[in-house]
Amino acid sequence: MPRQIAFYGKGGIGKSTTSQNTLAALVEMGQKILIVGCDPKADSTRLILNTKLQDTVLHLAAKAGSVEDLELEDVMKIGYKGIKCTESGGPEPGVGCAGRGVITAINFLEENGAYDDVDYVSYDVLGDVVCGGFAMPIRENKAQEIYIVMSGEMMALFAANNIAKGILKYAGSGGVRLGGLICNERQTDREVELAEALASRINTKLIHFVPRDNVVQHAELRRETVIQYKPDCKQAQEYRQLATKIHNNSGQGTIPTPISMEELEDMLIEFGIMKTEEQQLAELQAKERTMCNAG
Amino acid sequence: MSLDNPNDPVVNEALIKEVLEAHPEKAAKKRARHLGMVKDGPDGNPTCGVKSNIKSVPGVMTQRGCAYAGAKGVVWGPIKDMVHISHGPVGCGHYSWSQRRNYFTGTVGIDSYVTMQITSDFKEKDIVFGGDKNLEKMIDELEEMFPLNKGYSILSECPIGLIGDDIEAVAKKKSKDTGKIVVPCRCEGFRGISQSLGHHIANDCIRDWVLDKNEQQWETGPYDVNLIADYNIGGDAWPSRKLLEEMGLRVIGQWTGDSTLAEIERAPKAKVNLIHCYRSMNYICRHMEEKHGIPWHEYNFFGPTQIAKSLRAIAALFDETIQENAEKVIAKYQPLADAVIARFKPRLDKKRVMLFVGGLRPRHTATAYEDLGMEVIGSGYEFAHNDDYQRTAHYLKEGTLIYDDASEYELEKFIEKLRPDLVGSGIKEKYGTQKMGVPFRQMHSWDYSGPYHGYDGFAVFARDMDLAINAPVWGKVKAPWKLAEAAE
Repeated sequence: MPRQIAFYGKGGIGKSTTSQNTLAALVEMGQKILIVGCDPKADSTRLILNTKLQDTVLHLAAKAGSVEDLELEDVMKIGYKGIKCTESGGPEPGVGCAGRGVITAINFLEENGAYDDVDYVSYDVLGDVVCGGFAMPIRENKAQEIYIVMSGEMMALFAANNIAKGILKYAGSGGVRLGGLICNERQTDREVELAEALASRINTKLIHFVPRDNVVQHAELRRETVIQYKPDCKQAQEYRQLATKIHNNSGQGTIPTPISMEELEDMLIEFGIMKTEEQQLAELQAKERTMCNAG
Repeated sequence: MSLDNPNDPVVNEALIKEVLEAHPEKAAKKRARHLGMVKDGPDGNPTCGVKSNIKSVPGVMTQRGCAYAGAKGVVWGPIKDMVHISHGPVGCGHYSWSQRRNYFTGTVGIDSYVTMQITSDFKEKDIVFGGDKNLEKMIDELEEMFPLNKGYSILSECPIGLIGDDIEAVAKKKSKDTGKIVVPCRCEGFRGISQSLGHHIANDCIRDWVLDKNEQQWETGPYDVNLIADYNIGGDAWPSRKLLEEMGLRVIGQWTGDSTLAEIERAPKAKVNLIHCYRSMNYICRHMEEKHGIPWHEYNFFGPTQIAKSLRAIAALFDETIQENAEKVIAKYQPLADAVIARFKPRLDKKRVMLFVGGLRPRHTATAYEDLGMEVIGSGYEFAHNDDYQRTAHYLKEGTLIYDDASEYELEKFIEKLRPDLVGSGIKEKYGTQKMGVPFRQMHSWDYSGPYHGYDGFAVFARDMDLAINAPVWGKVKAPWKLAEAAE
């Protein structure tokens, strides 16, 4: 059985970018990899394939009639250094049920042998775990380790804690574990310390702090990972480090201990990200005073 | 001594206690509120003393249906010149295929579609990508296949509500394309706690998508009435309509048994709404009262006593001509009823009945049994509300056992202990009861017989009850110890 990992995190946090760069580094280490994109937008494999994958499982299934009419070759494309790429696809926004689509696609891939002969299966899941379908990689003995991509922003921290709750729910029955937090630098105050503090509170570790670097943007515009675009740059080195850490992290995942909303808020206040009600009130009064004085 | 004294409160109290003992504590506490008997209430009027219209206790095997069953099976399904689409996966439509026994005239597939199973047959693809496009295409195809249809109802199955398909938008678009009425009905089965919500949703759809949509141009008369909530089971509505017409009323809408869409559309021009099944259509009657100023009146056409009472009460809403006509109608048919009673009462006198039906018959049929000398010793509804139980107590004798949303176990126990001469309930209860050696009639479908409404129906009703109770087969059923005695 291949090792199965999944990337979760708040929408727009850089899950797809981080996961593809990391997987590109992993393939350099001689690992055979399958990517399962679980997002109707189907952009989890763009940097590996150097193009947007058109033939998603669900669109082909809709065309052919049902998934039973598909062959694995129809939906699996080979990208950077032999990485196998698939995308679940799904409906356009506002119609149908994308969650059911993810379930259908994953079942199809598994039943048709996509998981044979690879060392890693990596799931890249849409922003928030909005329903059971998007929890599929966490459930039913799929991913062994979940990596949460986050940053020092408040909403990203909330999302990380929520995802930890989802993992905890299935940790008892399915054996899923939290592999760690990956912090994508947003240059907020005391970002590393905050990420480390959250990690220790929810019983995990900050597996890597990825510094911000414009080269990621440049590579992305060319539909490439940094590893492919500028293999010798400093950022590529960062992703290689992350890949090594994840590779060595096998079996070391933990059962998370998500914290309550109040605890999380207290923590954010402590780090100065969120203000207490008194502070807010004081600021408001100060503002009014200055306005009155000015007036 | 329950066999000799069936309506004894002490016996019934003990029986309820015994039945509850089989339940876990929490379930017993919940079910206790639904089991009771008719007694004097605090205001001096008789009351059933049970809670109703509450979510069933898990694990008790309730007899209830779902909102889709209420909307498709009861309210919309019988409208014969509309195509009723079961929108969703194939099962719901398949298992409600052929409808209830709502008789209708017309040619199936040409101008009537009641007994056809028409479904959008959802597949995984439709769930993931939504079924709106298929629905549109389906209506286009149905237009070609059944050009004489007068409109469409889209009856949502569960997945439609889950994936949030916009069937209202499709309905509006197709209504514009076809020039016909297209009704989107959000009767997803998971909504509510029984089929009762489905009735309500279906009523609301009539209000929102049919009434006052097309202008009605025809000459109204002073005696125009609607016959509301008779679904023509085994032809029930026909002898009912006959009585109303014989007394000089003009039935302009017969809802919804054997009805056309036009009858639904023109209903707001009636002078009064006469409603038989209060539970399933009181909502639309209240609406027409509020919006169109039409009063509504409940009536009961089971058994000569209630028929005469109802005919007089209906006539009282009109002038003297109608009132005289009503007396003439009663005088004309009373001899028929008397002859039926003379023939069957001696065979049915003092026989005891237990009923468990949907939302109306557990009270409405009680007097019909009494007309034949029979006695109701237990009664209960699957999905009645509090206002139904308020309407029930005065139909029944003090001490009558009442069971709301009874489980299979409760019913079986009650039957076993009270040993009635007849049980009237549904197909799920039929064979178990008969195996206990107790005669049975299906009171949802009239056991493939009917009609039971009106004077004509009463003759059939009496015959059927006699057939069930006095069938020679019961003489062949012997207790094992009696068989042993006979062999010796």
